[in-house]
Amino acid sequence: MSNFEIVAREDFSDVTYLLEVSHPLMAKAARPGQFVIVMSHEHGERIPLTIADFDRSKGTITLVIQAVGKTTKEMQQQCVVGTSLYGVTGPMGIPSHIDKVKKVACVGGGLGVAPIFPHARAFKEAGAYVIGIVGFRTKDLMFWEDKFRACCDEFIVCTDDGSAGIKGNVTVGIKRAIQLHPDLDEVVAIGPPIMMKGCAEATREHKIKTMVSLNPLMVDGTGMCGGCRVKIGNQVKFACVDGPDFDGHQVDFDDLMTRLRRFATQERTAVERWSEHCRMANPLQTLAVRAGQPAVETLPDPFDEVAGG
Amino acid sequence: MAKKKTIRTIPQERTPMREQPAAARVRNFSEVACGFTLEDALRESERCLLCPEQPCVGGCPVGIDIPGFIQKINQKDFRGAYDVLTDTNLLPAICGRVCPQENQCEGVCTVGDTLEPVAVGRLERWVGDQAIAEGWANIPYIEPAPYRVGIVGSGPAGMACAADMAKAGCDVTVYEAFHKPGGVLRYGIPDFRLPNEVIDAEIGKLQQLGVKFECNTLVGRLFTIEQMIDELGFHAVFVGTGAGYPTMPGIPGDSLNGVLSANELLTRCNLMGAKEFPDYDTPLPLGQRVTVIGAGNTAMDAMRVCRRLGAEKVYCVYRRSRAEAPARAEEVHHAEEEGIEFHWLTNPVAVLDDGKGGVRGLRCMRMELGEPDESGRRRPVAVAGSEHDIETDLVVFAIGTNANPIMGQTSSLKLNQRGYIEADDQFATSVAGVYAGGDIVTGAATVIEAMGAGRRAARSMKAYLGIRDADQPYAIEGRGSSNRMFGIDPAERNFARIRVA
Repeated sequence: MSNFEIVAREDFSDVTYLLEVSHPLMAKAARPGQFVIVMSHEHGERIPLTIADFDRSKGTITLVIQAVGKTTKEMQQQCVVGTSLYGVTGPMGIPSHIDKVKKVACVGGGLGVAPIFPHARAFKEAGAYVIGIVGFRTKDLMFWEDKFRACCDEFIVCTDDGSAGIKGNVTVGIKRAIQLHPDLDEVVAIGPPIMMKGCAEATREHKIKTMVSLNPLMVDGTGMCGGCRVKIGNQVKFACVDGPDFDGHQVDFDDLMTRLRRFATQERTAVERWSEHCRMANPLQTLAVRAGQPAVETLPDPFDEVAGG
Repeated sequence: MAKKKTIRTIPQERTPMREQPAAARVRNFSEVACGFTLEDALRESERCLLCPEQPCVGGCPVGIDIPGFIQKINQKDFRGAYDVLTDTNLLPAICGRVCPQENQCEGVCTVGDTLEPVAVGRLERWVGDQAIAEGWANIPYIEPAPYRVGIVGSGPAGMACAADMAKAGCDVTVYEAFHKPGGVLRYGIPDFRLPNEVIDAEIGKLQQLGVKFECNTLVGRLFTIEQMIDELGFHAVFVGTGAGYPTMPGIPGDSLNGVLSANELLTRCNLMGAKEFPDYDTPLPLGQRVTVIGAGNTAMDAMRVCRRLGAEKVYCVYRRSRAEAPARAEEVHHAEEEGIEFHWLTNPVAVLDDGKGGVRGLRCMRMELGEPDESGRRRPVAVAGSEHDIETDLVVFAIGTNANPIMGQTSSLKLNQRGYIEADDQFATSVAGVYAGGDIVTGAATVIEAMGAGRRAARSMKAYLGIRDADQPYAIEGRGSSNRMFGIDPAERNFARIRVA
């Protein structure tokens, strides 16, 4: 299997972009909650990215990526329509179980908004009352509002700065949803670990089933290396083959967050070296740096690129 | 005809193989053992007595005609030696390097009763390397058969099965989940033991036989085994996915950063090129003082990789003694030469936290050997009050693997209690037309055993498809003439044609 052509691209913001990749077999096989491992070039690393959407008739899958590490920044520069990715393997992980529930809240934070979309759509198709809750730092980073409105019975937007919807993070949205709908059966949350932890805490006292999609570091994605092991209750599980979905009330999020920082130093080295290389190759950018722009952007979270799960 | 050789007339000393000096090789990833020269090979071939018992053939999991190929070397018919080898083993350059010969052919060698055994592995490797250098390939005339065969996994079991099915004329496709074929040979065994060029050369030979490799394909998830048979038009499928779900010990601290499986370390280093980070994007956890737990081949590989990556100290912690270590003797010897410190009869009980999410040490207990357990090896028992700490900043577990769950999750293949695929003595699984072999059936074993399983499964698959097997005599034992028509076995595919006629 080779030649994974990029057939469409959309830029949601300076750091967030969408790639639609041609892979008819994958489009046919993919189900909500699954992810792919992407390699952008032969010397590249294998990064896990949650499948944000799939179109069986067009034979494409959609990935939404945040440029924070070396690989994702490089992909932002190089992945234009008509080019191909070196490798796309999947769909990996156990598909999410779309329960026959009456009322469900699908919660996406930041980049997690993209992969929560197939859940919302699947729950809607299964006949549930779907409450979509999405959170962004600010209004400008929002995307896919139309897609969500099309499949959600209720749609709650939260922004950190209050520029759109409720001011606050998604846990504020969850609390409001629980207030309005005490009969909420299930919450599904995807986003950065700290956000999923907040969601699990918000539902714990109400004893609402809360599923989260975990995003540890991975190499192969097939259960072979154990790099993605996570603590669930008192058991150790491999997120790639035993997950990525787990009961949010059982997950040890602090352990997950520590493990996500495993290669923080090396990741920083890679980004610095790459930025340096770009400046050498592109004198215009050098001028911009002289004009006072920071040479190397500070990393919000070096592994946010996989925050989708 | 030369005078009959006796144990007294053959060269008494086993021919040594030139190796990179330990001090130099711990700074590079080039191959440690440099192989025989022509003179070495000729001299060593002289040491085979051509004894009538041929115990070595029985000791080989695939039954290579060992005296036959050694005799050809001795006659300076090197191409002939290659032909004899490839009759049974398509991958001599690989097996000569990675087989545990001391437990197989060399372990039972007649010469070995008195002197050091004949260096069968080194000779095999020499012939394999000659073939790569000279571009020899044995592409037999292949009678096309109208069957498509799918192979899941491109490791040694899959490669061996693919070769046999291609030779039987089938249209063979091998699926690999990684971006490069080779399985454990690629991700597991480091370059200094098995260079990538050797794997590439052997895969090239399979491609010459018409075998197609499809990488980036996760069978089970992209399509299922059942879909391969029902929708994708495969007449038979072989599953050789390997064991690959590393065992973690379940001791306190084993989720700390700085604790990883040998599989992860080796995959990052070998397959992903992390040893050349940042020229390759995949990072590698580096340790100054590395402790590897386990004493199998994977453990030896992990230690020696860490040494080459610049670790000052590398310790091996193993709960049994050196005599029970499952690694090839040569690997343990090489590891010792490279300055690995062995802590035999030592068992880890906890990984110690440095307070920042990393590792500061490993708490161990001393062990002593008690009564033999089910594996026949003496069971290690902890010595009370023997706790002690080893100062270390990277802990690598190489304590075996469990069954990979993907096949079980995605197919109706029957699994055994431990999660491995259940296959009968013909390598058939519970699904018609689906065969399985290698680590996913037996649990972790060796490259050559997996290849043997792949070949024997191929034999069953040929019988299932009704392709006559050139290896099989015409009359199959135990079948009376009543089961046969015109002296031809009805299992043969040509039989249908005869019946129509």
